[in-house]
Amino acid sequence: MTTRTADRAPAAKRADIASREWKGPWRRYDIVKEGVIALVVVSILTVLLAGLFSSPDEPPLTFQGWATSAPDNFYATAVQELAGTSTSAGYGPPYNTAADGISVGPLAPQQRFGVTHPVDAANDFVITPLRSQLQSADVTDALATWDSASSDQQTAWATDYDTALTDADGDATKVADGDYGPVPVLAQGLTDMASAGALDGILMSQGVFYQTDFTKQILFLGDGSYLDDAATAAHLQGNTWGMMNETGSYPGQAWLWLYSFWYQIPQFNSDNPDDYLTSHADAIIFYIMAVLSLVLLLLPFIPGLRSIPRWIPIHRLIWRDFYRTQPKS
Amino acid sequence: MTADSPNPAVEPDNVQAVVDSPADVDTGSSVGLDPTVDPDPGIDPSSSMWTSRLRRAWMSKLPPDELLPDRQPAYVASWIYVFGVLTLAAFLVILVTGLVLAFAGPAWYHTSSPGLFTNSLHFWSVQLFFVFMVVHLWGKFWMAAWRGRRAMTWITGVVAFLASIGTAFTGYLVQTNFDSQWISFEAKDGLNAVGIGAFFNVANLGQMLLLHACLLPLVVGVIAVWHVLLVRSRGVVPPIDTVDTEFSVTPADGASATEVRP
Amino acid sequence: MDPIYLAGVNDPATYINWGWLSISVPNLIVILIMIVLFALAILLPFPKGRDRS
Repeated sequence: MTTRTADRAPAAKRADIASREWKGPWRRYDIVKEGVIALVVVSILTVLLAGLFSSPDEPPLTFQGWATSAPDNFYATAVQELAGTSTSAGYGPPYNTAADGISVGPLAPQQRFGVTHPVDAANDFVITPLRSQLQSADVTDALATWDSASSDQQTAWATDYDTALTDADGDATKVADGDYGPVPVLAQGLTDMASAGALDGILMSQGVFYQTDFTKQILFLGDGSYLDDAATAAHLQGNTWGMMNETGSYPGQAWLWLYSFWYQIPQFNSDNPDDYLTSHADAIIFYIMAVLSLVLLLLPFIPGLRSIPRWIPIHRLIWRDFYRTQPKS
Repeated sequence: MTADSPNPAVEPDNVQAVVDSPADVDTGSSVGLDPTVDPDPGIDPSSSMWTSRLRRAWMSKLPPDELLPDRQPAYVASWIYVFGVLTLAAFLVILVTGLVLAFAGPAWYHTSSPGLFTNSLHFWSVQLFFVFMVVHLWGKFWMAAWRGRRAMTWITGVVAFLASIGTAFTGYLVQTNFDSQWISFEAKDGLNAVGIGAFFNVANLGQMLLLHACLLPLVVGVIAVWHVLLVRSRGVVPPIDTVDTEFSVTPADGASATEVRP
Repeated sequence: MDPIYLAGVNDPATYINWGWLSISVPNLIVILIMIVLFALAILLPFPKGRDRS
């Protein structure tokens, strides 16, 4: 550790040694040999780790798997898509205009950039897939009834049925009598399609031949409990370090620890979703991380932070051999 | 032609002098007689040609003995110095295994044993890459390695770190398995909340695949090369508060004794 | 052709809980490896090279 020297060195001698050519002693150092050895060592380590541990590859979930293993949940989700009460249907930008999205103070980028990946939950997830294949007579009739109704009528049927289904704890056989129009038949028709495996392919194509965009499938899959339950079972939820973890007993993206860390703080994942920090966590944590990344980037220019290495003299250990031969400063 | 003969051929008076050294001229050609043609367009230290200027700038900034030095200052004597090159070595393994995976396409490793093994090599070389890079970063922080006009070296290193995180993230999205389904579902909310989701759609496999296999590795590679060239041209940072033989009695940095400035 | 798997890599990881913090054992191992590597890199003596003036 140094303190300011009482007798200041002359200007020429105070010239920063770090910024000019080294005039002190040298040692032989073969960087090419070092690089080749490093490459060999890393290659061997990689082959060993890959041979011993393989790599994670849990098969993706399918709509068929969802509709066969949790048909009630799939059915209820189909009703929510028609009623506009699902997460996707009420998401807002960039998928639709059902909500404004998150804003923090004057920053409202989600709204600013608008709808760039349009998703119409009722039509994209339920009506268009049903119409894409030959259906039984009751589903065909239900589609015709749905088409001929006004949009207000469609919403009334679907929301009434959604409420009644929720009141019946998701059991379609115990739903109270009411005017639900074609909604129960449409939801059952989609559940049957999904169980048979047809929905996976039809959601993919939606009128195009080539397709590399899975936005609709991911959103629909996430609206039910199937994906969520699978993620909970695999410890992938945001409040258990989320995507920093990996399926199986594998290390995940440990380098995302600081990003995931903020979501572990109770204020950012409180039980009350209306708490400001919890409801705005996605935006606030991103801004925190952006600022911290900038701090790391500009560390050499930040007084105080850049002096930590001097205050905690780990460099005395790193360069211990050299300091031993140096006159004390 | 020697370095101290500045372009003699452009002056007609010098033509004879040039032709006097026959080794420089093709026999039987009329080159030596044409005053507009330089019979030896070799190294000309004062040429204003763009090519010459670029070469001179390169040679003054990074001559071959700085690009590939066979010596280092005596203070370069710690295992902490090998983590930069270990990171580069892991990056090479990632590139090679990634090229094999890219050649075969994203679905290959789900159904083929060699494919799964290649994927495992890719997976573990990425884990090693980040382990080495983080240790390298810690080392450079505690050495305050940004001192002495080396701030850009630090900055390119941090950018390479951040770009690597982005590259790895898109890699997890193109695994086309349950993990990528969940990551795209979960990550979309954070990206949408700050408007990035409008342009960078984590559920768009095509976009993520091209970013992961093409654009982002290129970004990481270019920044890494820049970073290494900066290290070579600036040299390895001397120890904090060091004195070398030339100023062996006074502290190196009386003006900045409590700060570790770039 | 199949690589030899160590038992249990495809079972869910074990988690260590500490108040509201929890961490998976594989991630903890990776973090510990980084810290140990850093400590070793600093503490282990580096081979002496021949000095040049």
